[in-house]
Amino acid sequence: MFETLTEKLQTVFDNLSRRGKLTEADVDAAMREVRLALLEADVNYKVVKDLVARVKERAVGAEVMKSLTPAQQVVKIVHEELIATLGQPAKLDLSGPTPHVVMLVGLQGSGKTTTAAKLALHLRKSGQRPLLVAADTYRPAAIHQLEVLGKQLDIPVHSEGDKVPPPQICANAVRRARESAYTVVIMDTAGRLQINEDMMRELEQIKQLTKPQEVLLVADAMTGQQAVNVAKTFHERVGLTGLILTKMDGDARGGAAISMREVTNVPIKFVGVGEKVDALEVFHPDRMAGRILGMGDVLSLIEKAQATMDEEKTRSAAQRLMKGEFDLEDFLGQMQQMRKMGPLSQLLDMIPGMGRLTKEIAPEVTDKQMKQIEAIISSMTREERRRPEIINASRKRRIARGSGTTVQDVNELLSQFKQAQRLMKQLAAQGKGRRGGRFPGFPGLPLG
Amino acid sequence: MLKLFRRTKEEELADQQRLHDSLEKTRSGFMGRLSTLFQPNELTEQTWEELEETLIMGDVGVETTLALVEKVRQRARQEGLKRTDQVQAVLKQEMLALLDHPAEMALDEPRLLTVVLVVGVNGSGKTTSIAKLAKLYKDHGRKVVLAAADTFRAAAVRQLEIWGERVGVDVISQGQGADPGAVVYDAIRACQESRQADLLIVDTAGRLHTKYNLMKELEKVRNVAARQVHKAPHEVFLVLDATTGQNGLSQARHFKEAVDITGVILTKLDGTAKGGIVFAISKELGVPVRFVGTGEKVDDIAFFDARTFVESLFK
Ligand SMILES: Nc1nc2c(ncn2[C@@H]2O[C@H](COP(=O)(O)OP(=O)(O)OP(=O)(O)O)[C@@H](O)[C@H]2O)c(=O)[nH]1
Ligand SMILES: [Mg+2]
Repeated sequence: MFETLTEKLQTVFDNLSRRGKLTEADVDAAMREVRLALLEADVNYKVVKDLVARVKERAVGAEVMKSLTPAQQVVKIVHEELIATLGQPAKLDLSGPTPHVVMLVGLQGSGKTTTAAKLALHLRKSGQRPLLVAADTYRPAAIHQLEVLGKQLDIPVHSEGDKVPPPQICANAVRRARESAYTVVIMDTAGRLQINEDMMRELEQIKQLTKPQEVLLVADAMTGQQAVNVAKTFHERVGLTGLILTKMDGDARGGAAISMREVTNVPIKFVGVGEKVDALEVFHPDRMAGRILGMGDVLSLIEKAQATMDEEKTRSAAQRLMKGEFDLEDFLGQMQQMRKMGPLSQLLDMIPGMGRLTKEIAPEVTDKQMKQIEAIISSMTREERRRPEIINASRKRRIARGSGTTVQDVNELLSQFKQAQRLMKQLAAQGKGRRGGRFPGFPGLPLG
Repeated sequence: MLKLFRRTKEEELADQQRLHDSLEKTRSGFMGRLSTLFQPNELTEQTWEELEETLIMGDVGVETTLALVEKVRQRARQEGLKRTDQVQAVLKQEMLALLDHPAEMALDEPRLLTVVLVVGVNGSGKTTSIAKLAKLYKDHGRKVVLAAADTFRAAAVRQLEIWGERVGVDVISQGQGADPGAVVYDAIRACQESRQADLLIVDTAGRLHTKYNLMKELEKVRNVAARQVHKAPHEVFLVLDATTGQNGLSQARHFKEAVDITGVILTKLDGTAKGGIVFAISKELGVPVRFVGTGEKVDDIAFFDARTFVESLFK
């Protein structure tokens, strides 16, 4: 099992906070963990080096806030540095005369075709008249794929089969757009390796003929160390104006985002979060930074939660959680609601601290275990759920009988809950120390 | 064990050459440094650091890299190695050990009908790899049929059908939106009856391994095969893009859990990526790499040979 950075940093920081003071040696110890974790998240080796140097410089420096433990201070700096590196999100540049030309480029299988359709839908929703261009004449049925998507969305697709050279297809499409008053042209080019000279030259030709306003690199969030070379070469050859990170609905930590930002310095404009045509989102650097650090993605969780349960409940549950008022009922409620929303471990990972929590509760909380947790808590009285400390041996026997489990199971759950509670208290305490009572490392969290 | 399908020496050499060629590009890149690293020089602290860097840059992963380097360091101490070229030999051994697996594949065993399930995340190269496998095995006298069980992605069926025509093998499909299990059911019947085929390769929709429902669907597809043919599916290949970083291990783990993958097809090795994550997959999950994809053309496939793979890194 991967250990997330949260877990590792928590261990290091537990030690640090015990010592209470941040020395250069402390920072070095923490930086080793930060470095390893960033590498595990697929941030490029060289980029990590620079990043760690920047963080270290700031950490050893003077700015130690009164309200934070040294450990929290370091997490905060790492998080801020990542956010800074990820840069601010940017919109598509649709200024000037129409048609605006948008060109999608990238490696094979990165998700260009799907993204083209998503973008077209997104733009139409904002009042544009998009024209899709099928410029991948190489992959079998790539043109057909785009045509099917276009039909599905009722967005026209310009295609000339697979015999016409792509630069010509693209030039024709732009001409057609001008004549038929389309406002945006989105060109789906074939996937290619950045080292394939002929194919890269083709992109240069397309660019030259169509003068795109946006050249977007579509890259897979799962990309490893090569993200740097890929982004760098595409940028050198065709001058990128933005990045789109796809397949963000998986469990990739997405360190490639940092790498690509660092070498191109162009903004991340969208992230792809699913196979459906509306699964395109604006980029949130703070969420991404949290994700790369394995610190959870509180905002996404809350958004997801709102989709499945009513807002009031979410808010109060989250608020109680933040305040550290966390009893067995909350524990169960959280578990139940999260189960409604999808695979448990994935969701738990989105809550700060929960990554560690799930592992402390059980390495893998299966549905079966979940049922058992439910059964045990349901067999408790209200009072017992609120004040688990009153659960003595005879109560345990009763609960075990009532839930068809053993006293041992009950004990196990209680000790898991205690750990969870302790963790929540820790997290809440961190939250209180900060101005505005916000959660450390999660700026903008509208709660607590 | 009697094999229906045995490669000739020339074919093996051609495979090695192809793998070697594809790695050539990589070698000139960061892995190239591995070679220069191993000029017969004195060992220094920097040697170890550079080694670590090189492995990590090859997506081998922090954990595996640290373990490898530590092991080699230890052996260097014990065996009193003083020069970088000696360390190279030891490192190669250790890397090879991580990739060590029995060479036999269920795919090559004789039986009436062999069913191969091909799975992986979106865009990893499943459909292309299936076309390549179909050609490879057809050329060796197998009667191959493909099942278009990616009924989800737009034009996926058409893509496989085009490959089928190019390679000259039948494709069984029910169009987009059909139940993938039903497609596999049909395809197996067709193999056993009208088509008289002995090798069925099933193309499945790309899916992220974290999607609970989609993984369940895959389990169902697997069960359909298992119910119809004794011990099927005989192979379940995970198609892994060599560009993938550490997430590759999570992919392999989830797919193994859901459909018990038996091997990895490592694609896009013609790029600059190394696919170093296969060391972790091989070691931690015991899943061997079986084939490598080295391009977009139908012949761009080679049997994975651990020795060539590791050997080439140090050329
Ligand atoms: N350079 C290179 N490209 C490859 C290789 N294998 C596949 N590709 C390309 O990768 C892209 C995606 O391949 P597909 O076979 O469609 O991938 P898939 O896994 O079936 O994709 P989905 O079904 O959409 O999940 C295509 O453009 C292929 O040509 C390879 O070994 N090298
Ligand atoms: Mg496919």
